[in-house]
Amino acid sequence: MRARGPAVGRAPVVLLLPALLAVAFLTLPLVALLARTPWSQLADRLTSEAVLQALRLSVVTSLAAVAVVAVVGVPLAWALARLDFPGRSLVRALVIVPLVLPPVVGGVALLSAFGRRGLVGAPLDAAFGVTLPYTTAAVVVAHIFVALPFFVLSVEGALRATDREFDVVAATLGASRWTTFRTVSLPLAGPGLLAGLVLAWARALGEFGATITFAGNFPGTTRTMPNAIYVELQTDPDAALVLSVILMAVSVAVLALLRDRWFDVAVQGAVRR
Amino acid sequence: MSEPFLDAHVVVRRPGHLLDVHLEAQRGEVVAVIGPNGAGKSTLVRALAGVLPLTDGLVRCAGETWEEPGRGVRVEARRRHVGMVFQQGLLFPHLSALRNVAFGPRSRGEPRRRADEAARGWLERLGVADLAERRPAQLSGGQAQRVAVARALAGDPRLLLLDEPLSALDVGVAAALRLELARHLAGHDGVSLLVTHDALDALTLATRVLVVDDGRVAQDGPPDEVARRPATDHVARLVGLNVLRGTSEGTTVRLGDGSLLVTAVPARGEVSAGFAPSAVTLTTEEPVGSARNRWRGTVTSVVPYGASVRVHLDAVGGLIADVTPPSSARLGLTPGTTVWAAVKATEISVYGRDTGLR
Repeated sequence: MRARGPAVGRAPVVLLLPALLAVAFLTLPLVALLARTPWSQLADRLTSEAVLQALRLSVVTSLAAVAVVAVVGVPLAWALARLDFPGRSLVRALVIVPLVLPPVVGGVALLSAFGRRGLVGAPLDAAFGVTLPYTTAAVVVAHIFVALPFFVLSVEGALRATDREFDVVAATLGASRWTTFRTVSLPLAGPGLLAGLVLAWARALGEFGATITFAGNFPGTTRTMPNAIYVELQTDPDAALVLSVILMAVSVAVLALLRDRWFDVAVQGAVRR
Repeated sequence: MSEPFLDAHVVVRRPGHLLDVHLEAQRGEVVAVIGPNGAGKSTLVRALAGVLPLTDGLVRCAGETWEEPGRGVRVEARRRHVGMVFQQGLLFPHLSALRNVAFGPRSRGEPRRRADEAARGWLERLGVADLAERRPAQLSGGQAQRVAVARALAGDPRLLLLDEPLSALDVGVAAALRLELARHLAGHDGVSLLVTHDALDALTLATRVLVVDDGRVAQDGPPDEVARRPATDHVARLVGLNVLRGTSEGTTVRLGDGSLLVTAVPARGEVSAGFAPSAVTLTTEEPVGSARNRWRGTVTSVVPYGASVRVHLDAVGGLIADVTPPSSARLGLTPGTTVWAAVKATEISVYGRDTGLR
């Protein structure tokens, strides 16, 4: 194995060995998953109503969550990247908390807020008779809660990476901040925005702990793919394997597609244009 | 005299820095702001543009008060109608040259077609119309800076601010663009402010030079005067440059007094010829060397200047020469001494004159 850059000597075994171990550790479970999967049953399982239902629900809820995340996340990222206001670091810290919070704790927190007797949930129930928990909407809310931080951090980083002087240029050319945001900042942060969307979507698609805690696990309304895997693992491990492989395939396929199609185009666009 | 077109008293106080600069300018004036790094030149420009708030003072331009903290007046940068050219160009990397130039008119509400038309016109004037569809990354430094100038001018600015527009370019490219800039600055009917740390820019492009040092105006006057009679040692160091004006034909420049100046690079029309004081050699007898430009003159002043001695002569309207103290002593240089000054043609740079090349 050759070290990159100038030939400064052999790569030390002390570093290489743990690195290889890490790679093996990360790949082995995935290989095992593929090896154990009952491929002959794949077609049947795939078309079974339960799987299709879970898959459909997962796709719909994760995409809905990503849409909301984008609508509120971009402005938040912009504010964090471009505005100087007191307590900005506090806001950023608050945004990061769900990132490190155990998802199940997030679910409990969501229940405390939006549950039937929650801080917001109780008045909501009293005034409109609306209860959120254990509905498909709750799945989306759980997804938003865990995916938003990924997105905001990614977009904020992208916005910070674009030269703030461009804002100055745009201002001297007569552009309002809104125009500048639309026509300059956002396009320049495009690749970061896309990466953020993919990250958020992947996070939402795989979300389990907060979802099952806050939304439950009802077939058709809140049983997303991860929830279905959890159920099947206790009754029918083969089914769990098949579902896992499907989820893995969907994730990898979309990531690969985005990488090849949009990422490269977007990145080239920003760098080479 | 009528109220000046630009009337500014820029006071910006920041920890460890104070900028306190008075500046008045009439329509059509090109004011070079020159000074060492950290003198506050960029702060001045950004304050005038409105992207950096004044601590005190006022900015009035074209009969409008843009900023006056004492009265709580502050017009946003985007409503000031300034044009700005930055050292690094700062073209929007995701937009074509055309879209970059059309950005200003579009932001100010022009319909797309009219904005594009105007942008095309400006690209043409800057000689880069054929590059309209290119992205900034596909432009050379000089081309990009031309587009940047077009973008700044496309808004028909009342105040054109150029912050070291040539300093990031290769010498040759800078020289070509300097010539071009001279034309556009002379044609601009608002006030142009050119920030530079290059005496050559200041003396060849400007109608007035404002020397800023340590946040204050060290000198304010016509280029010739500032170059020949710098107010302080510091100014002398900054703008110490001989500039002769004349009409060029091939490698010969006919100067105002009818004498001829030989240069190495051919040029045509009204030019400024510049050379450093250190390029001038002084002798007591008429020199017989390779230097083809020789003048006889009387020493008007001899002042120590850094490690050398700066000598002023009355030849060709005033020459500056830097010599070493031993040479000065050997030549017996005192005011009144008659000496010969010589400059090699290869030491002379030739530039289009500020008002010429129309």
